Amino acid sequence: MSRPLSWAKANLFGSPASSLLTVLTLALLWQVVPPLVDWALIGASWGAGDPERCRAAGGACWTLLTERHRLMLFGVYPYDQHWRPALAVALFIALLAISANRRCWKPWLGGAWALAVMIFAALMWGGVLGLAPVETSQWGGLPLTLVIAVLAIAVAFPFSILLALGRRSGLPAIRAVSVGYIELVRGVPLVSVLFMASVMFPLFLPEGMTIDKVLRALVGMTLFTAAYLAEAVRGGLQAIPRGQFEAADALGLGYWRSMRLIILPQALRLVIPPIVNQFITCFKDTSLVTIVGLYDLLAASKAALNDPAWRPYFVEGYLAAALVYFCFCFFMSRYSQWLERDLRQGNR
Amino acid sequence: MGRLHMLAAAVAGALLAGPALAGATFDAVKAKGFIQCGVNLGLYGFSAPDDKGNWSGLDVDVCRAVAAAVFGDASKVKFTPLSAQQRLPALQSGEVDLLARNTTWTLTRDTANGLDFTTPDYYDGQGFMVAKKLGVRSAKDLNGATVCVLPGTTTEQNLADYFRANKMSFKPVVIEKNEELNSAFFSGRCDALSSDASQLAGIRAGQAANPDDWMILPELISKEPLSPAVRQGDPQWTDVVRWSQYAMVYAEEKGLTSASVDAALKSPDPDVQRLLGVTAGNGKALGVDEKWAYAIIKQVGSYGESFERNVGKGSRLKLERGLNALYTHGGLMYAMPPR
Repeated sequence: MSRPLSWAKANLFGSPASSLLTVLTLALLWQVVPPLVDWALIGASWGAGDPERCRAAGGACWTLLTERHRLMLFGVYPYDQHWRPALAVALFIALLAISANRRCWKPWLGGAWALAVMIFAALMWGGVLGLAPVETSQWGGLPLTLVIAVLAIAVAFPFSILLALGRRSGLPAIRAVSVGYIELVRGVPLVSVLFMASVMFPLFLPEGMTIDKVLRALVGMTLFTAAYLAEAVRGGLQAIPRGQFEAADALGLGYWRSMRLIILPQALRLVIPPIVNQFITCFKDTSLVTIVGLYDLLAASKAALNDPAWRPYFVEGYLAAALVYFCFCFFMSRYSQWLERDLRQGNR
Repeated sequence: MGRLHMLAAAVAGALLAGPALAGATFDAVKAKGFIQCGVNLGLYGFSAPDDKGNWSGLDVDVCRAVAAAVFGDASKVKFTPLSAQQRLPALQSGEVDLLARNTTWTLTRDTANGLDFTTPDYYDGQGFMVAKKLGVRSAKDLNGATVCVLPGTTTEQNLADYFRANKMSFKPVVIEKNEELNSAFFSGRCDALSSDASQLAGIRAGQAANPDDWMILPELISKEPLSPAVRQGDPQWTDVVRWSQYAMVYAEEKGLTSASVDAALKSPDPDVQRLLGVTAGNGKALGVDEKWAYAIIKQVGSYGESFERNVGKGSRLKLERGLNALYTHGGLMYAMPPR
């Protein structure tokens, strides 16, 4: 018997139950795959055109993406200025790629990030170097999703470490504040935090005085993410054996130095999975900022489907948006797995 | 007074402080040089960004008309997209000067919420769409029907009220997402789909395989007068918005369009002369330039033009004028005389 056949006999038809399952799976694939290929590839309409083309083709309407991808990616940002958010996104992604490399974890990376955020702001806002000013209310799509996710994570992470340390602090006042904050924020849904920030908050300000919507959403996301991250970090802190704390004390290190040099490096390494989990959640939660009236990637994709002639092709639009989200989230998750292995090398 | 009461009073005070301090909306608008207009995040025909991110729609045209009246330039508008929950607080807190976001004029909103409605720019109402082959010609024939409807809106409530009032029964099929609801209807899960009539037309135009197979029943079971609104406390600003809308309707009554308005400057009709500022007076009374209405008609057009361009023949919605025809054609659009 040839090898593929014996492999199939062993793995696919080993027992009656296994054989049945194999046959059922094949039947299911037979039912699902050909229509899917037919829809997504053979019967699909490609290239530019109007909705009539999709109607005629009958399959997937990738024409929608050709026609409206700019609205989906950049929202209501002025059309002739789209190169600016495109460049800003490229910059962010490039810097994320650089930051992923452990060899680049040097002090200059912090400086690079500060510079990148400044360039990002200059590109998006304009008003300098002859760039036309664009208000944040016109920001949208992928740059908005990225800036909210990245800044919320970047600010929330150090904040969450402070909160976690505060929660385990021996000082009652600090502990009470940390516990109170974490429990309060974890006790309410993100939607209501954003809602308070966008709807209730302005009512308490003097008339005509408004705080930028993007900033409001960003603050809401940051405060929310920090509370959840803090609990993940606390889990790591609790997993560190007492001996490590005592050893740090025995070396004569102060509180901050022992935390920075001994405890946190070990604790954070332990909790990479839940931390990255929270990062991914944060990235996806940015789609909730639509409640503040911002066009994040998902809301912009919805806006692209507004025209009733395009609306029947919502599946294609949402698939495209999902693909973008997936790319970022999948990268984060794979990277965290690699980082875990890389950081654990000493333990093996 | 307990501590809780004091807190409640403080909160109430803070909430009321907004409208009470108002009164200078018009001055503030003139000082900053543009109008901040609250619009829908995306409702095709009323306010939606196009492929290039430019706003267009019936509500958007109201914003542009007011800008034309105040500044002589319809482009001096900044749009703030607002969700349904956000829209009223955004107006109350001064985040927007004008709310043109398919908002139904109701007593509660007019009074307790501190809003002033100007005049409806679209008379909508909830209706039914059915398959023509069903043979139903009136909503009264829908006894026992299954009806597709979105949950948690007044739509669902209106539906229940209508059937109870007419001693009929129905089976609701409640689906959260618009797209799924519509596909469920077109795939035959329900006999009828109920939503605002303007929405039904859009759904039929976009999603039906053959739009001619479906019909919208003549009965409207609710009143949905969609009107722009301003914050209470500045009557002059209310007047400017209201008369900007009237100017568009009056222009249609007089047969003026953006193309013909230049020629109309020489019209012997005293009403047209007053409207276009050939005979001065209206502008001064409103506190704007005498050419205010001319600027509106030239740059935005008459109500009829705006209607056809955004929701009528020139759009994908292809809505009939219906209630939104001029009163001379059996509709409700009636401009107060600008004199």
